[in-house]
Formats: sequence, structure tokens, C-alpha cells
Amino acid sequence: MSQKLLLGAKEIEIILHRLTCQLIENHDDFKNTVLVGIQPRGIFVANRIAKLLEDAYAIPNVSVGQLDITFYRDDFRRGQKPLEANKTNINFIVEDRQVVFIDDVLYTGRSIRAALTAIQSFGRPSNIELLTLIDRRFSRHLPIQPNYRGRQVDAINQEKVKVYWKENEGEDAIYLISE
Amino acid sequence: MRELSVNHLLGIKYLNQGDIDLIFETADHFKEVINRPIKKVPSLRDITIANLFFENSTRTRLSFELAEKRLSADVINFSAASSSVKKGETLIDTVNNILSMKVDMVVMRHPNPGAGIFLSNHVKASIVNAGDGAHEHPTQALLDTYSIRERLGEVAGKNVVIVGDILHSRVALSNIFALKLQGANVKVCGPKTLLPKYIERLGVSVETDLRKALQWCDVANMLRVQNERMEISYFPSTREYTQQYGLNKEILDSLDKEIVVMHPGPINRGVEITSDIADSDQAIILDQVQNGVAVRMAVIYLLASKIKQ
Repeated sequence: MSQKLLLGAKEIEIILHRLTCQLIENHDDFKNTVLVGIQPRGIFVANRIAKLLEDAYAIPNVSVGQLDITFYRDDFRRGQKPLEANKTNINFIVEDRQVVFIDDVLYTGRSIRAALTAIQSFGRPSNIELLTLIDRRFSRHLPIQPNYRGRQVDAINQEKVKVYWKENEGEDAIYLISE
Repeated sequence: MRELSVNHLLGIKYLNQGDIDLIFETADHFKEVINRPIKKVPSLRDITIANLFFENSTRTRLSFELAEKRLSADVINFSAASSSVKKGETLIDTVNNILSMKVDMVVMRHPNPGAGIFLSNHVKASIVNAGDGAHEHPTQALLDTYSIRERLGEVAGKNVVIVGDILHSRVALSNIFALKLQGANVKVCGPKTLLPKYIERLGVSVETDLRKALQWCDVANMLRVQNERMEISYFPSTREYTQQYGLNKEILDSLDKEIVVMHPGPINRGVEITSDIADSDQAIILDQVQNGVAVRMAVIYLLASKIKQ
């Protein structure tokens, strides 16, 4: 197994600032917008962006939720590993609001497909956007594209893109891992 | 990633602590799901489940059916009263006929102890025991202990007394297994005639004085007297049973602490528990019913995930 550093802490910070600014461009004061981190790894990105909005751009109290898609996945009973659920925490109304899905890596698009179904259980959003830190190009199984992307990456199927966070793994870094 | 150690839920006896932790954590997620505006997830849309009830049931059957539907499984219902069982068909034949219609899982209640185990050895489907005679009722014990965990934070170290007809109760046996497995202290309380001999061998203590038992416990699980399973009289009269073993406000007020009151239903109001207690904040009877759906969703989901395509 070998791993190659794609992005370090400084680059990740710059990208997060850019993505946050792009969100502000479209959502202004976020009064009608909610951020939804996709479990398990999207929540770190969502929390970082919410913190940047408050600390660096003086937009506090943005609604941030966590959405688990386990029960909506299309590979139940198909893989070797059993699926284990994570916590869902959507304690706000999504009806008629603008929802921004936030995830760390966009790969086949199947997680986002599941998230699109899952969010309907909480109401009918006026529109849904997708923000992803890493966009693995040319690997989509479904017609899904991000509205905001941090960095495009070309990786073959045998490779994995791992995003590490200081609060979870002890460092901010993105690695390309090959078996 | 964890999975259950068993392919069927036949009894608590066959589970380990890890299984129960996994079921409870999964049930936590489903409890959140059933409190959403839309209470349904599509996980089991390619699974068909047969509910076979060879014995009467309201709560358990509705709870299982709701759990299955909330998981998007296809459900077929069968009750013995209106079936070919009356014409002399054997259990294996009945079930195999149903399975040949491509059913993946069977939820069964049966008057004979061990019916689920017997079936699991003879047919190709996941079996969930929804009560087999006076043997086990595992999902009831899971939802009871889940409700204790929800109310008191944890099950380990808690003192739980099971009061009433222990002899005829599958709820009692499954609860004893589930509580012991999770590290609770268990006492059974009732008239001597309704306590099985050698019950202490299960690691429980016995008390015939209700007041003493209540003074000791954190949780009292009040069982129904199962008159339909009694061929002979086990106590002189219902009135006398109520005087000795009925839970009422007076006896609860005389304790120097507040205990949690549970009842698996159906309640005989005024017999094992008075209405004012059953409807009080101390009683978590309706929480038990709500948790029943979440726990059954968890059990079905986890078992279904082990059915290979």
C-alpha cells in the first residue's frame, strides 16, 4: 500500500475559504439556507464551513444538520460488509428551504442519490445543491455533478482518496492511497 | 463493521452482549426515523416477510407489521384461525408452501415451545420468534430492556423485579435472559404456585412479598395473569391475587423511592395494576410500545442484511 499527499493543511484551508465565499455569493445571509453534512465524513467539512462562516465572515447561527444515508443506499445486501448506520440530526425544517449537501469526496454519486431520497423524509426543499471537497472526475455512475467543488482529482478505481481532519485524525491532509 | 452472530432470532438465549448492543444502537437510529415527518426508509424493498400467527396477538402483530412496512418490506399476514391448518396441514408444509412464493423471512408466533427452533432447522428463511408457548418472546425482552436503558441510562447494575405469573410467561423467561446478559439484578415475585421450581438456577432471586420486592427494585415489570393458559386454579380468587400482588398507588407511595413501572400488555386493569398507576408518569408502558417498533425494525434490518442475494 502506498499513499501520496494530494493536499496539505494550508491548501485545504485556502480551498475551504474559497468554497465558503462561493456559498456566500449564492446564499447571502443564509436565512433560508441549511447546510447538511453527509455522514460519516461530510460532517467534518460542513462543520468547518459553518465555523468559517461565523469566524471569518461574520455569518453566525447557520443551520447545520447531519444526514445518514445508510437506510437509503442501493447496495444493501450486495456488498461483503454489513452496513452500519450513523446518527441523523436534522432539527430544522427543510420544507421550502435551500439545502446544501456537503460531502468530502464525490465518487460514483450513489451516496448523493441516496441523500436526495433521504432528505425527502424531512420535507420538500425549494432546491438542493452539492458541495464537495474532492471531485473524482470520470468515475460517476449517475448523472450527478457538484455545484461547488474544492479540487478535481483523477484516480483509478483501485485507488482511494482519503480526507483526514485535525479533529479526527490529528492532521488536515488529503491522500491518494493505492492498494 | 459489525453484524449479528445469529441468522435467526429464536431466543435471547442465543444472543451475546455484542448482538444486543448492535440491536440497541440500530434501534436508536430507527427511533429517530419513526419520529420524522415521513417515517419510512427504503432499505428492505426487495425483502418479503410472512407474519405467521398461530396464536392470537394484537400488539406484537401490529408492531411487527408496522416495523416491516416502515422498512419498505413486502408483508403477508397469516393467522391460523382462518387457514388450512384447521384442515390438518403440518407446520413445515404450511411454511414451505408460503416460502415457495419467494418469502425471505418468517415472523412466527406459535403455542408450542421450540416451534421457531424446529422451523429454523427445516426451512430456508430467517426466522423471528414472536413468542413460542411459555418459552421465549425475544423481541419483547429486547424492547423492555431498551426501554429501561432509555429511562435509566443503562441496564447494568439495575435491580429489576418481574411480578406475577412467571410460570406461564415467555416474557418473563426472555426478560430474565436479557436482563442477566446486560448485567442487571433480577428478582421474581408472585404466588409460589406461579413461580417455577428451580427458577433460582437462572440466577434470579425469589420473593413472595410484593412490598419487599418493590422496596428493593429500580424497575417493576408487572405481568398479566394468563388465565387462558391455566387448566387449574393457581390461586383462590382474582380478588385475593390483586390484594397480594396488585400494584396500586398506596403501595407505591409507601416506598421511599420512585420506581419505574412496566407492563408488556395487554393490561388487566384493576388486577395486576390499577388504572391510576398504569396511566401515571412512573409507568413507561406506552414508551415500551413505541420502542417496540424501533427495536423490531432493528432486528429485522440486521437479520435481513445477512440474507444473501
